[in-house]
Amino acid sequence: MSAFDDAGADLELRQITKTFPGFTAIEQLDLTIPAGSFFALLGPSGCGKTTTLRLVAGLEEPTTGRVLIGGRDVTATKPHERPVNTVFQSYALFPHMTVQGNVEFGLRRRGVKDAGARALEALKLVQLDHLAARRPSQLSGGQQQRVALARAIVNRPALLLLDEPLGALDLKLRREMQLELKAIQAEVGLTFLHVTHDQEEAMTMADTVAVMNRGRIEQMGSPQELYELPRTLFVANFLGQSNLLTGDVVATSGANTVVEVGGVRLSIPTARMQRTSGAVTVGVRPEKLLLLTEEPKAKRGVNLLGPARVTDVSFTGVSTQYQVEFPENSALPGMSVFAQNLVFGAVVNPGAEVWLSWSVDHGFGLADAAEPGSSFAAAEADDTSVAVAAGES
Amino acid sequence: MAFGAFAGGPAADPGIGAAQRKSRVVLLLLLPGVIYLALTYVAPLISLVLTSLQSPSPTFDIGSYVYAFNIGNYATAISEYAPVLGRSFLFALTATVLTLVIGYPLAYFIGVTLRRFPLLQSLALVLVIAPFFISFLLRTLAWKQIFSDEGPVVSFLQALAILPHDAHVTGTPFMVIFGLTYNFLPFTVLPMYTSLERLDLRYLEAAGDLYASRWSSFWRVTFPLSLPGVVSGTLLTFIPATGDYINASPSFLGGLDTAMVGNVIEQNFLVLQNYPVAAAMSIVLMVAILIPVAVYVSLTKTEELL
Amino acid sequence: MTGRFRGWGVTIYSIVVFAILLVPIGYTVLFSFNDAKRTNIIWRGFTLDNWTGICDDARVCGAFGASILVGVVATVFACALGTAIAIALVRFRFRFRNALTILLFLPMATPEIVLGAGLSSQLVNLGIEKNLVTVIAAHVMFCISFVVVTVRARAASLDPSLEEAGRDLYGSPAQVFWRVTFPLLLPGIVAAALLSFALSFDDFIITNFVSGSAETLPKYIYIAAARGIPPQANVFASLIFFLAIAAVIAVELAGAARRKRLLRAG
Repeated sequence: MSAFDDAGADLELRQITKTFPGFTAIEQLDLTIPAGSFFALLGPSGCGKTTTLRLVAGLEEPTTGRVLIGGRDVTATKPHERPVNTVFQSYALFPHMTVQGNVEFGLRRRGVKDAGARALEALKLVQLDHLAARRPSQLSGGQQQRVALARAIVNRPALLLLDEPLGALDLKLRREMQLELKAIQAEVGLTFLHVTHDQEEAMTMADTVAVMNRGRIEQMGSPQELYELPRTLFVANFLGQSNLLTGDVVATSGANTVVEVGGVRLSIPTARMQRTSGAVTVGVRPEKLLLLTEEPKAKRGVNLLGPARVTDVSFTGVSTQYQVEFPENSALPGMSVFAQNLVFGAVVNPGAEVWLSWSVDHGFGLADAAEPGSSFAAAEADDTSVAVAAGES
Repeated sequence: MAFGAFAGGPAADPGIGAAQRKSRVVLLLLLPGVIYLALTYVAPLISLVLTSLQSPSPTFDIGSYVYAFNIGNYATAISEYAPVLGRSFLFALTATVLTLVIGYPLAYFIGVTLRRFPLLQSLALVLVIAPFFISFLLRTLAWKQIFSDEGPVVSFLQALAILPHDAHVTGTPFMVIFGLTYNFLPFTVLPMYTSLERLDLRYLEAAGDLYASRWSSFWRVTFPLSLPGVVSGTLLTFIPATGDYINASPSFLGGLDTAMVGNVIEQNFLVLQNYPVAAAMSIVLMVAILIPVAVYVSLTKTEELL
Repeated sequence: MTGRFRGWGVTIYSIVVFAILLVPIGYTVLFSFNDAKRTNIIWRGFTLDNWTGICDDARVCGAFGASILVGVVATVFACALGTAIAIALVRFRFRFRNALTILLFLPMATPEIVLGAGLSSQLVNLGIEKNLVTVIAAHVMFCISFVVVTVRARAASLDPSLEEAGRDLYGSPAQVFWRVTFPLLLPGIVAAALLSFALSFDDFIITNFVSGSAETLPKYIYIAAARGIPPQANVFASLIFFLAIAAVIAVELAGAARRKRLLRAG
């Protein structure tokens, strides 16, 4: 337990597999998190992200594979021998100790001299030094969360693990804490590994996000990269919403690949396609679509679909969401369009005839194919996934 | 999902796997208690079965027996004491029904009516368990003296000419059942209270909203939801009441013709030293209790209580 | 039939039942002040002599002492054995878990007289002399299950992350046990100890079968019941009653104060 690196340390997972009786939680996972980064593991419940976290903390042992922290193999060491601290989902504050006692706990176990002073300093960082004498049960949820954070960072661990730390807070408080956590990470400069199922939380806070599904990492990159260029069906749907179309590659002309969907030819930048032959699924984000009430002239660099009919209009505040269908072309699935509310009221009403267009640059092609004809766009809308980007940029 | 050891056992040697370490801790935690129960619960039951099959020693010393396979003890136990067995069940069952009928409204009162007054609720609970804190034998004797021939109750009833002048209350089946009901009432009330205390009153509002009268809300919502408490409460009364030998003892509330199984077993074991028959009676009693209890539990579909 | 009227009905009914429940307690306490000469059946006038001369009847006093001794020793052993089992049951999955649950349930479901008869026949068959040691051994047996049930409920209500947090914060297994697990289980263990002591102190049915010539307070009362019980027995019973009630009320008040403090803070 020698090196407690102030700048944090690299975390390296090598070929980790973890099986429980009856199922495999993690399969052949390789992951490197550079020192000082704010890394988010994002995925639905049961995808293996929490198990990954517990493996790093030493609360579970991998079935096979190695865990390295700062280049040192810690696979066989116990939790109390690892330079790692966790902010638990339930906070796990000791109810029989004061706030101060909780924050001092780790320092005292390691025999640090000025534990009291350091604990107060950490509490100051989360602005709770005035409540040091209270019991955890006398604090609000947000305050408990801060104490849990202080209790972990006071130890200056090489790696700080956050297990859905904001899950129990209400929406407004969660937003505040997201910004605060990010600020604290910048201030203390530790390596943060954050596990969450909330895509907005992951994108707001982390500089690198790994999307995890069924024990594997589907895609890893900056939040912007993941959103603008999803590589798999799962990522395209889990991170925001996507309009997906499945068709056949018919030509590759220069920088663009032409995909024919229900007799309509769409151009996708070849560089943004994972596969360029056979049946492929291509997509575009709903906010990238432009809703037109008259058929425009065909133009280079713009894809066009239509005529379509508006079936539903819902107002969400920052944007208006339109659902459209293609009654004249049954091969095309229903699609969603998010339009920024630049004028009062909806631009078109249900029943109106419209055309959809988008810049070729915004399209993407996935590695795996969706079931033909199915629409994912409307499937997974929840309150946190309202994209707010403007239409044509 | 197993997370490792937290017992202050010896530090694990490197090289010993987590699974092995875990099973060592589990053994360390479980073995002393399990061995203890094996020696003081399981072994005595086996011993009881062995004793129930013993034959008198050939020397005919009192209280001296040899191991045998003497089924005759069971025949003696059943043929000779069938009326006692029947009486025990009748008394215990009557007392159980009485505790249920008397205790349910009380449990409802504490668990539901008093819910808005936490302090009164706590006080009422203390009153229910208060009899536990005074000696079982003394509180039973107190009733004997209150209902004695010269005592206040009998004198009063005789003065009102409700009871004839030569009437006794102590020593009668009424008094034994009264004692059983009194002594086991808290056992019935507490589990029923626990069930009713957790009852979400919004269910009753929902039932009312769906056109249920007060009466049908009670029978279709409240009572079924309190059933686990009713079952464990009645079991906690029925089982000990059947084997009880204090209330029915002539020194306490019983008379010469109110003997229950417990009295017979005690007599044979501790006074007559007729161990084999007493042991056979105990086994018969246990089986006779376990069978109806199993049926009762499966009928009310409350197996998970066990 | 208004709800208010129904509420009064059940209230009056309950008050009557409470009154009946308290009658023998009142009687027992009252007769601890009886100026009884030999038998304590008829009221002969008020006196404090029984309380001031609490040990005038050496046999009652000895029986009371034996009951305290048995209760304390049996409680300590039952709590140690039962707490270990409860922790194992809550924290680990192992084979024979269901069998163990049944083994723990059975002593609570077996009629006491069968437990007593079984122990007695075992002692007779093995030729072991009955004395206070066998009484303690029997009491530990029937208390273990109650300890397991009580401590297990407490342990199950605790967040397993608390221990994980202890380990994560550099606590060795022993430190995590003594600084996190044990203090958190303590309220459950205390409740289990009080229950054990109460069960042991008032047990007669099993004690009668395993005590031989040794005498606990209930055993003494049983023997004396036929020819009259000295008022000192009532004094001891009343004493224990008031101590228990005081303890319960203290716990309740402490709980109420804690709730109030929480409300203020929240």
